[in-house]
Amino acid sequence: MMENMKLIADHLVYEYNKGTNQTVRALDDVSFVIHPGEFLGLIGHTGSGKSTLVQHLNALLRPDGGTIYYDGADVFEKSYDRKALRGKVGLVFQYPEHQLFEETVFKEVCFGPNNMGLDIKEVEQRAYAAIARVGLTEECLDQSPFDLSGGQKRRVAIASVLAMQPEILVLDEPTAGLDPKGRDELLSMIMDLRETEGISIVLVSHSMEDVAEYVDRIIVMDKGKILYDDTPKVVFAHAKELEAIGLSAPQVTYILQDLKSAGLDVDTTGITLAEARNTILEALHWKG
Amino acid sequence: MLRDITIGQYYSADSVLHRLDPRTKLVGTLIYLVSLFLFATPLVYVPATLFLMIVIFSSKVPFGYMVKGLKPVLFLLLFTVLMNMIFVKGEVIATIWKIEITKEGLKQSLLMGARLILLILGSNVMTLTTTPTRLTNAMESVMRPLKLIRVPVHEIAMMMSIALRFIPILLDETDKIMKAQMARGADFESGNLVKKAKSLIPVLVPLFISAFRRANDLAMAMEARCYHGGEGRTQMKPLRYTGRDYAAYMILLLYLAGVIVTGKYSTEVLDWIGVR
Ligand SMILES: Nc1ncnc2c1ncn2[C@@H]1O[C@H](COP(=O)(O)OP(=O)(O)O)[C@@H](O)[C@H]1O
Ligand SMILES: [Mg+2]
Repeated sequence: MMENMKLIADHLVYEYNKGTNQTVRALDDVSFVIHPGEFLGLIGHTGSGKSTLVQHLNALLRPDGGTIYYDGADVFEKSYDRKALRGKVGLVFQYPEHQLFEETVFKEVCFGPNNMGLDIKEVEQRAYAAIARVGLTEECLDQSPFDLSGGQKRRVAIASVLAMQPEILVLDEPTAGLDPKGRDELLSMIMDLRETEGISIVLVSHSMEDVAEYVDRIIVMDKGKILYDDTPKVVFAHAKELEAIGLSAPQVTYILQDLKSAGLDVDTTGITLAEARNTILEALHWKG
Repeated sequence: MLRDITIGQYYSADSVLHRLDPRTKLVGTLIYLVSLFLFATPLVYVPATLFLMIVIFSSKVPFGYMVKGLKPVLFLLLFTVLMNMIFVKGEVIATIWKIEITKEGLKQSLLMGARLILLILGSNVMTLTTTPTRLTNAMESVMRPLKLIRVPVHEIAMMMSIALRFIPILLDETDKIMKAQMARGADFESGNLVKKAKSLIPVLVPLFISAFRRANDLAMAMEARCYHGGEGRTQMKPLRYTGRDYAAYMILLLYLAGVIVTGKYSTEVLDWIGVR
């Protein structure tokens, strides 16, 4: 059982502004597991504690209660090598392009593996591989990261985390502020990553469409607590409850529900466009 | 980490002190600071400390939170105290490794330490209980006479309020960038001084870029709302004194009188305590 759990979050509690009259309990008894190779979606309204949670996964924040186990070891133990952990749990912050600082894209991507104390050959190899992985061209290598477009900058930032070759990749709202095309490209790149590298991915998002389409499991957060932790189909069956906390089910789910109440015999658990299409065609076929 | 820096940051609460007119607090703080320098006798620190304690208590800002604000200046504080202890000449009471500690030096350094702590806490009370906007409004209003000699009072106040507003924002930003670089394996703690200084580059570059971006956005937003300086500009909430403020001024005067009496007649006061 244990080897099947890569990372265990065990009753995490975290508060901001401790010792003042504005204490915010951002995490309130949060427990869940990340399995190897799993694609996990983390959704919740703004302020529900998603970003706070993901900063615990690589030990950037120390919880006020509870702990995290990685490969069976308590990462907040005194002697635990948290710097090494950050290479294994790669965290891409929201708007990661704001953290770029190097003169060239290549140097920027080398920053992560360099910090891990690898030898220069290995660092450069990883950097080339990561840059190719995120779909940036060779010409970019010697350009200044500040001369790139917004979407490209974000790819550079993601590549710089990928170059550390993490076992779990955590992306905090990676599609925020991108146009629809950039968004789709980025998401299919992430999907690709998981298929070719076999790493676990945690995708933080507040767009149901993003999540429904790709992930194996969804964790829904509200006010620092986990509300649901289940497959997309099960979670999105709770459309009413999701709406109550400022979320929603994917749009196609609503369409299916409307069709159903209008008398068309469709399966309302469909959450992706393809599923909706199939069930509608099927229903029409039966009728006609 | 950086969040521990509470100097200059507003602490929102609902207290008498929060509701005072910012001008009262500004003038009050100035009077308090001056009162610390009026006399050299240690006795004046009794009313000064008492007064500050009462003010802090009525501000509803937790004392621990306020003391946390002393942390960044701890080095300066220790430095001043040590310098005074070592370099003031007089009657030697102890010698540690060729350094002579004198009675006068000890007395002087303790006095300096107490003065600095009261000074910092005193001004901290003002910034903790007054929003930057109200504080700069007060400054603008108090400095208004300087307009006669062509000092650009409004512009100075506006710059101050923007600077004050940016402090917490930039601290937040620094925190975020440091975390992002730590997520990429950066290490800000270990290594020698040169290595530590070097490790700051990945923080400073994005920080400067972000500061410029924010400044640019702000300038654009101000222009979009037709900001054109102080000429003919009115305020949405003009400052107005109320009964509370007059009471505060009375208390201030009483305090000042207390300090002057203890300072002027310090020997008599000591005698009196001694006689009792
Ligand atoms: N640096 C901070 N200081 C104080 N409160 C914070 C800070 N960061 C987040 N919070 C608070 O913690 C809660 C959770 O925030 P966050 O984890 O950023 O949520 P999300 O990423 O889901 O939008 C919110 O109520 C937010 O206001
Ligand atoms: Mg967030």
